[in-house]
Amino acid sequence: MSIPHLLVHDKQDNVGVVVVEGLTAGTEMLCVVTEDNSDFQLVVNDDVPIGHKVALKDLSDGETAIKYGQDIGRFVGETATGHHVHTHNLKTKRW
Amino acid sequence: MANPSTFFGYRRENGRIGVRNHVVILPVDDISNAACEAVANNIKGTMALPHAYGRLQFGEDLDLHFRTMIGTGANPNVAACIVIGIEPGWTQKIVDGIAETGKPVAGFSIEQNGDIETIAMASRKAKEFVHQTSGQQREVCDLSEIWVSAKCGESDTTTGLASCPAVGNLYDKLIPSGIYGVFGETSEITGAEHLCAARAATPEVGEKFLRTFQAYQDEVIEPFKTSDLSDSQPTKGNIEGGLTTIEEKAMGNLEKIGKEVSYVDVLEPAEAPAAGPGLYFMDTSSAAAECVTLMAAAGYVVHVFPTGQGNIVGNPIIPVVKLTGNPRTVRTMSEHIDVDVSGVIRREMTISDAGDALIDMVVQTANGRLTAAEALGHIEFVMTKLYRSA
Repeated sequence: MSIPHLLVHDKQDNVGVVVVEGLTAGTEMLCVVTEDNSDFQLVVNDDVPIGHKVALKDLSDGETAIKYGQDIGRFVGETATGHHVHTHNLKTKRW
Repeated sequence: MANPSTFFGYRRENGRIGVRNHVVILPVDDISNAACEAVANNIKGTMALPHAYGRLQFGEDLDLHFRTMIGTGANPNVAACIVIGIEPGWTQKIVDGIAETGKPVAGFSIEQNGDIETIAMASRKAKEFVHQTSGQQREVCDLSEIWVSAKCGESDTTTGLASCPAVGNLYDKLIPSGIYGVFGETSEITGAEHLCAARAATPEVGEKFLRTFQAYQDEVIEPFKTSDLSDSQPTKGNIEGGLTTIEEKAMGNLEKIGKEVSYVDVLEPAEAPAAGPGLYFMDTSSAAAECVTLMAAAGYVVHVFPTGQGNIVGNPIIPVVKLTGNPRTVRTMSEHIDVDVSGVIRREMTISDAGDALIDMVVQTANGRLTAAEALGHIEFVMTKLYRSA
């Protein structure tokens, strides 16, 4: 298998992790779900650094971010598919 | 290739196995650091462990101080120990605690002697201990006799994808053979506490974990919290590495306990495990040096440390094995990394391959290979303090 651009822990996740350096907007990413090794393609719409997350679907304000099949916080504002997800649009539900 | 099943270690008087043969000069308190450092300077093959505390502590905080001091001296990686304090009472208490292991230990106090006379007496005894212990031979030990602690640091999203699952795989493979393991970092379970509670061996142990977790939330977070924990959870480094929330960080952290094992008890900071072989949870800070110091004081002899962005921590008495799944960290900070598991995110290496590579490095380290942190001189010894002194 070619080297993936994006890894997704669980099939229920709505975000994935960029695992290559220097990923630029417009790249058609090979995305692999580590849970079952299934794969899909997705175009990334921002330059996203290695380790940072990308939205796998259109996400609305207040929606729960899912990674590892688990709740990791809430989206703030609208985030469209393929865009960078980080501290600007995702917040903890804790402290 | 099958994983090795033996290593060469030092069998101690109490039956425990050490992987290093240190002669430690241990200060009871901050003002005895200078004497300990002078003794370590006089006598080669010894090491002082200076620290900031030990005066006017009381209650639970003082109990933790003694537990950490005694546990450090009692650790099987320590062949012999000199204890120096300002006065004889607390010095003797620590000497007596360490002496229960049967190893050579002696105490010296400074009041009514002064630094110079104390240093002379302690140096003579330290030289005797060096001669007594430096010729000790390693012997073949079963891998099941090793105690391995785990804590991650400067995590990023690769930590949850590669390096923490590699540690989990090590525990899944070695805990059933009878080793002792431990994980902790109470604050960094936040968001995954329900998942962590479910991994306890019994409902009672799970409830004990949740009580410990809640006490931390009530006693530390609630009275002192700021909106974002002042960029401490997640840290600036975590955020640079792509981690956004504490919940996300917690999910990655918990990957360290693997898929199959459950933990058999919940330990106080620096408490030695007493429920037999298995995995334990210890109530610790998530700050690297504090956490590793507490785990070493509980008797663990090798530490495995997954990092994402490149935490460089070491410990004076237990080797800290670093692994990372981040190729940028492998490239930019290679001198700090013992095991490269970045092949996992390229799908060139499975989690089981990564676990095997880590087990192999733990065995090499136990045999005497210096870790990156040891070669670079990282000897962070940091006591945990629970509240202000009297």
